Amino acid sequence: MESHAQAEPHKLAIFRGYLKFKSNKQKIWGVLIFLALVTAVEVLLGIYKPEMFMGQVLGMKALNWIFIILTIVKAYYITWDFMHMRDETASLRRMVVWTAVFLISYLIFILLQEGDYIEYVFSTGFVKTDF
Amino acid sequence: MDSTVVNTSAENKRWGGGIEPLKASYGKMMMWFFLTSDSLTFTGFLAAYGFSRFKFADSWPIADDVFTHVPFIHGNYPMIFVAFMTFILIMSSVTMVLAVDAGHRMDKAKVSLYMFLTVLGGFVFLSSQAYEWTTFIKGGYGAVGTHGGNIIHFVDADGERVALKDFAIAESTERTQHTNKDGLWFSGEKALTSFTFEEVLAGFEANPGVFVRTTYTAEDGHKTVLSRSESLKELQTKGKNVVEGANLIQNEYGPPLFANYFFFITGFHGFHVSIGVMLNIIVFFNVLIGTYERRRSYEMVEKVGLYWHFVDLVWVFVFTFFYLV
Repeated sequence: MESHAQAEPHKLAIFRGYLKFKSNKQKIWGVLIFLALVTAVEVLLGIYKPEMFMGQVLGMKALNWIFIILTIVKAYYITWDFMHMRDETASLRRMVVWTAVFLISYLIFILLQEGDYIEYVFSTGFVKTDF
Repeated sequence: MDSTVVNTSAENKRWGGGIEPLKASYGKMMMWFFLTSDSLTFTGFLAAYGFSRFKFADSWPIADDVFTHVPFIHGNYPMIFVAFMTFILIMSSVTMVLAVDAGHRMDKAKVSLYMFLTVLGGFVFLSSQAYEWTTFIKGGYGAVGTHGGNIIHFVDADGERVALKDFAIAESTERTQHTNKDGLWFSGEKALTSFTFEEVLAGFEANPGVFVRTTYTAEDGHKTVLSRSESLKELQTKGKNVVEGANLIQNEYGPPLFANYFFFITGFHGFHVSIGVMLNIIVFFNVLIGTYERRRSYEMVEKVGLYWHFVDLVWVFVFTFFYLV
């Protein structure tokens, strides 16, 4: 078992090869800086809520889509570089990631669709809550 | 054992064991599969949160109005403290991955140092969460609950929040908490609020500078503030009780489900962090006494590391859906 850990060098390039690191340690710090930057952008957007991102895009505020996309970007780098998913075999990676992505999308779709429908029933006057 | 029939020919080796098609040990693979299923549990919670949020789309509290506290500093600072918590967790993820890296190089001193820092980060995060819960449960301004179960906030002419104690007129009547020793048929009573609804109403009628902010979000993304005459009518016809802080039945921020999800999801995540800290401590001591040195492999650090990063991963999503979106 240790032979795997020893023999296989880590893949040291991120951003599809645009950024190559010299050692695994350097890559860790590089990814940390990137994650901290993304978090800082999220926090600044969250505090100032720029007017330009307040428009509706696909049923949600544009700002909320930005937050969700940035979160998925962060999740990708945590999984790929901190959890070393980048170094695992393609079959292990697909087993874990595709299964999760498929089931999570399904769950989210079902629940949000239903929540939206109930909101519609509430707001079209069948139930009174404000008294 | 020559008499035992063992087929050792090349074509049957595939089923003889000892082959790792995924190039990962059993323990590591199973950790991955556990994390996959655990991520579905958290998705279930967060998607249920999304369900309720869509259902109560117009009355859900705005996170910036709720999570505004920073330890040792007074005032209104949304986002700052959770950003700090996020950074702590990412930082402890980094020390963890550095420990894994040192483990690959069989560097016992470095592994123990980084494991120690990881445990430390875990404790800082848990204390932060304890603070977050305490301020959430204690509440800040107080609110009035309506017959329909909605929440009414109070603001001044500039739209700044006004606390109940700043305008309610305390009456001299004493209302003592009903306790076990005073009643033959004691069935329990909730803790008394610091004001009764009548006191709040009297204070509201006497203070023309206070307005009602309803639970409903207007087009501009802020809660609707009523005019003075509408405010009076709203409070007199709909007001029922005083709500201070948060519990599982009612909270001063918005729909009861808001607090329930907050306790449940951040609580379940905090529980994961506590387990992670415990596992990290066990591994830390194992590193110190040289268990993995003797095993000639620090893979256990890697497996615990996977779990610890997952906890970080979940927090990234909790952060987004509770505090940002």
